[in-house]
Order: sequence, then structure tokens, then C-alpha cells
Amino acid sequence: MANLAPILELEDLSRSFEQRGKQVKAVDSINLSVADGEVVCLVGESGCGKTTTGKMIAGLIRPTGGTMRFRGKDIWKMNDTDFREYRMQVQLIHQDPYASLNPTQTVFQILSAPLLHHGLAKAGAGVRDRVRELLQIVEMTPPDDYLEKYPHQLSGGQRQRISVARALTVSPSLIVADEAVSMVDVSIRVSLLGMLGRLKRELGVTFVFITHDLAVAKYFAWEGRIAVMYLGRMVEIDRTPQLVSTPKHPYTQALLSAIPEADPRITRTKERIMLRSPDVPSLLNLPPGCTFHPRCPRFEAGLCDVIVPQLTSIGEYAQVACHVAVREQTENVAGLAADNK
Amino acid sequence: MSDVVMQVNDLWVEYPAKRGLVKAVRGVSFELRRGESLALIGESGSGKTTLGLALVRLLPKAAHIRRGSILYRHDGIEQDVLLMTKSELREFRWRNCAMVFQGAQNAFNPVLRIEAQFLDTARAHGLTNANDVRSRARDLLRRVQLDPERVLSSYPHELSGGMRQRVLIALGLLLRPQVIILDEPTTALDILTQRSVIEVLRSLREEFDFALIFISHDLSLAAELADRVATVYAGAIIEIGNVFDIFEHARHPYTIALTHAVPTVTGEQRELVSIPGSPPDLINPPAGCTFHPRCPYATERCLKEEPLLEPVGNGQYAACWNWRDVPELS
Repeated sequence: MANLAPILELEDLSRSFEQRGKQVKAVDSINLSVADGEVVCLVGESGCGKTTTGKMIAGLIRPTGGTMRFRGKDIWKMNDTDFREYRMQVQLIHQDPYASLNPTQTVFQILSAPLLHHGLAKAGAGVRDRVRELLQIVEMTPPDDYLEKYPHQLSGGQRQRISVARALTVSPSLIVADEAVSMVDVSIRVSLLGMLGRLKRELGVTFVFITHDLAVAKYFAWEGRIAVMYLGRMVEIDRTPQLVSTPKHPYTQALLSAIPEADPRITRTKERIMLRSPDVPSLLNLPPGCTFHPRCPRFEAGLCDVIVPQLTSIGEYAQVACHVAVREQTENVAGLAADNK
Repeated sequence: MSDVVMQVNDLWVEYPAKRGLVKAVRGVSFELRRGESLALIGESGSGKTTLGLALVRLLPKAAHIRRGSILYRHDGIEQDVLLMTKSELREFRWRNCAMVFQGAQNAFNPVLRIEAQFLDTARAHGLTNANDVRSRARDLLRRVQLDPERVLSSYPHELSGGMRQRVLIALGLLLRPQVIILDEPTTALDILTQRSVIEVLRSLREEFDFALIFISHDLSLAAELADRVATVYAGAIIEIGNVFDIFEHARHPYTIALTHAVPTVTGEQRELVSIPGSPPDLINPPAGCTFHPRCPYATERCLKEEPLLEPVGNGQYAACWNWRDVPELS
């Protein structure tokens, strides 16, 4: 995983928005490197900046700070040809399948437009065959049953499959899926996730999968990584099994302990971590130091409320932005070394 | 059955749509016991919200209750909600049975401070002593973990979604109802906020001993809060039982699949079950068992005859012809 060339590199990437004359930092200096073929889940609650990050990765909004490289090239310094290529290579799947498809177009029109526009298929039989093939990839079979349907004639799950097929028209190497299964019913969600997983395995598509649901992240990115965001900052990144079983950041720990689980025995016996405050600070008025400190059960005065913790590597894969977690880890390592002597 | 506070019998609700009659609730029967928490779980379009609205007769005008009764018992009296007069209904709603509906965080009057909304609700039900109401409101707000002074003087837009949801729960408890109905109480809330709403409901229930019906698509909420769970599919309850039995020994293939379609964050990666097909059309529901087009165990009989709830042991009921042959999943 780590030795593959990164397809995507975010370096100190930031994005501010102006609101009533004040600068709001929706995303604040995040660093992330995604390897070719990898799955990375961006997880966090509303307002953490995960959607803004997704839009920056897809090139839809321009960062206000830092750089973003796609296959080694800074996308905002690319020439037109490279930028066009990048925009085809990276596709975004939106959350709401009811709003993201043109209601006046049939499935065939929706899927054939990008193929014809980019000259990826010849009008006539060529484009029809390719559309059929795409429908098969997203498991809408037999394809001919769907070609002439309008979005309103499809269920939420089927619409989301059309969104995926549309993204696939240009054969992207990276798909940013923003809450792509959140609005879909439980009974449909598993097969949709299974289909996306197949794209990853069979077509080698890299995924940046954005979700507020850690259980879905765990399921989808079991072989990949999860990056947890809080108020615009990346607070923890680790391989999925390690992140969900031994989280290091107090925010990740609190989140995991708070999640209601669809199993009465698990959910009623889970250990709960109590936060010092239930309220999320406003992005307009962020606390100094670590932005989690007013809520953090492991808060240390004079440290956490003064110095902003940087994302620091712990071991080979884990990175965490917490003074206390980093110190403990260093002490543990030192302790182990002393024990071995 | 003196401990039953609400008994729904063979309830049918339909409403007209362009393509035909939507059969939103089809022959629902269940009992709600004193102080218990009953979860109605189902996916979008299963009719669970219509069912909730019918229980307090707040259905849209176009909807028609074709058949059934909703017996409500209190102080030794039994009344059919469907036969109540306007003034009886007014008394029943909120004083006996409070409801907090989906998206209700947006149900406040935006130009009134929270205090005025408490006073208005109380006045509408004959509580005119403003000081009594204020002190009761303060007490309830503290119990839902809010700062009463700050909240009472706020306008709705000054509170977050999670705070508004908790204010509504406090407002629902103002008249000490025997039954509270909550529709999707944690949907659209962040995880840590969901947690605080869940904990608030849990502690309030211990203290006030009201019966709770909550309607949700979220199985984890049922796993957290329910004593009993009813699965709603195509407008009907297709299985009902104790929460542990429903999650661990469900008998209806739909309930089994549903409870195995959701990943947990704790523990090993588990295999999830995917349910083929799409939810049924309530205008033209499938003949026979409405789940048969998606059911791997469907037999000839399932295509023709609709199964009714039958006892499957331990107070659990399932509407499936083949429940004895349906394998349990681990």
C-alpha cells in the first residue's frame, strides 16, 4: 500500500469561505496521500470539512491554501490538456440521487452524453453498446429494460447506480463518493456497496469514500484506511481494522463509543466515553490550541488549549494529532525498549 | 390485559394518488403496554409514518381510515381514538399522547421564544398559571441536559438541531402524557448528538414511566431503546417480538435480512446480507405475501395467499407461511 506511487497528494490543503466578513476555515491544512487502487474513507460529523475536501479533490472548488497533486502534478498549475485529463480521471458521485440526475433525460441520454461529448464512443451502435455495458457493470440488467426510463421511474438505489454508471463513462481512475449510500434504504445499501467494491477490485478504481457513518466506512474500507476529520482538521489516519479497534485520538474514541449499533447486546454493553461538553464549537469562533480541547476528556490545561497538535506518525501507518496520545505512544515505546534491556 | 394502554385493531389507511389508491397501512394490529418502548422499524415507503399519524388522527385530509380501531385506555376508561369528538381528541393529543414528528425540529414557531412555545402549549390545554408552567419547563429542560435559562429565552434558530430535538421532547413531556410517539427522533443528527438524545430518552423513561412508540428506519436506534420491535413492510407489521429475539432469532425472512444488512463498528468484519429487488409499490402491492418477489424462501402458497401474524414462540409473531423452514443466520 505505502510503496505504491500516490495517485493523489494533499499538502497543507486549506479552504476558507467568507461569511459575514469573517473567514471561516472549512478545511485547515490537511495532509493526505492516497495510493493507486487504495480506498480511503473520510469520516466526520457535519461541518468537519469532508465534503469540501471531496470537492477540492474533484477539482470543483479551488483551495485557498496548500497544494493538491494528481499523479505528481499540481492540478492548479496544469496546462489545459492535463487539467481536462485530470477532470476526466477524477469523478464525483453525489449524495442525493434525486437531485443529481436530470429529470427530463432518459437513462440512455444521461449516459450517452458524456461518451459522445468526449468522443469516447461513436454515435449509433457504438454508444448504445457502451451504455449497455455500463448498465451491466452497475448491475442494472437486462440493460434494455432501463435505457428509456426517466429518473422518476427508478428507485433511489437504481438512481444511485445510474450516477455511478455516469461517473464510469469517462473511465476514471479515482472516484470521490460523497455519502453515496447514505440516502439509500438499508435493504439496498449492501448491494450498492458490493457493486462499488467490485469496481475497486475489477477495474482498479481508487476510492475516496466520504461518510459520516463509521460502520459503513469500516465495511467498505476494511482493506484500506480511514481518515477522521474534526472541524476542518485531520485528527487521525490509520488502517481501518486498527482505527476501529484501537483508536488513538480521543475524538475518534468518543465517536466510536457513541455510535448506536444495530445489535442490542453490543450496543447496550458498550463502554461510553463522556465528553466534557456536548456542544460543537462554531467554525466562526474556534477554540485555541486543539479545537477538540473544550470537549476532550483527556484535556491538559496549558498544553491542549495553547498549542495546535500536528498530525504525527505513530508507528508505520498511524498518524494522530493529539499531544496526549503522541506522548503516551512515545512513552510506551521507550518503556518497551527499557524492558527489553 | 389491564396493562395495555393502546390497542390497535385491524387498521387500514389509504390515500388517493394519481396512479391509484395508496394502501399505506394494511391491517395493522398491535398492543402497547404501560411503560414499554415499542420500535416500528421499516424502510422508506413502508407506511410507518402514516401509521404513526393515524394513531393520533393527524393524517392529511385526503387520507382515509377504511377500517379498524385504536383503543386508548387510561384511568379505567377505554376510548376509541377514531370515534373521539373534536374536544375529546384535543384532550387526548398532547395530554395523553404526545407526538414529535419527523423534521419536527423545524416545527417551532420561528418568531416565538421557546418560553412562549411552552406557555402556549400549556394554555391550550388549560394550564394557565404561567409560573407553574415555567418551573415545570425549567425542570424538564434540565432533564434533557439543556440550560433552561439560555434555552427559554432563545428563538428556535438560535438552537442547534440536537438542542431543538431535546426541547421538543421536553415540550412533549410538559403535560405528563402516558404515551409518546417519536418519528425518526435521531435522523439527521450527528453521532454524538444522537447519543445524547438516546441517553436523555433512556433516563426520562426510567423517571416518568411513559410508554414510547418510536418510528425509525434506523435499526441501531431500535437496538438501543426498544423493549419490543415491530417490522413494518408494505403497510403491515410482518413481525413483532422482544428486541433480543427480533435481532437474534427473527423468523420472517425480511426481518432476518434487514438485521443482517447493517454493519456494526464494534467487533470483527461481518458478512452482510443484501436483499434483492426493490421495496413494493403500495398502489399495486404484490399478490399473496408482499415480500414474495424478494424472498428466497417463497413457495407456491406465498404467491397466492397473504400470511397473517402467527405466534412463533416467546410472545413473538411472524407473518410468514414458511417460518419453520427459514434458516436462522448467525
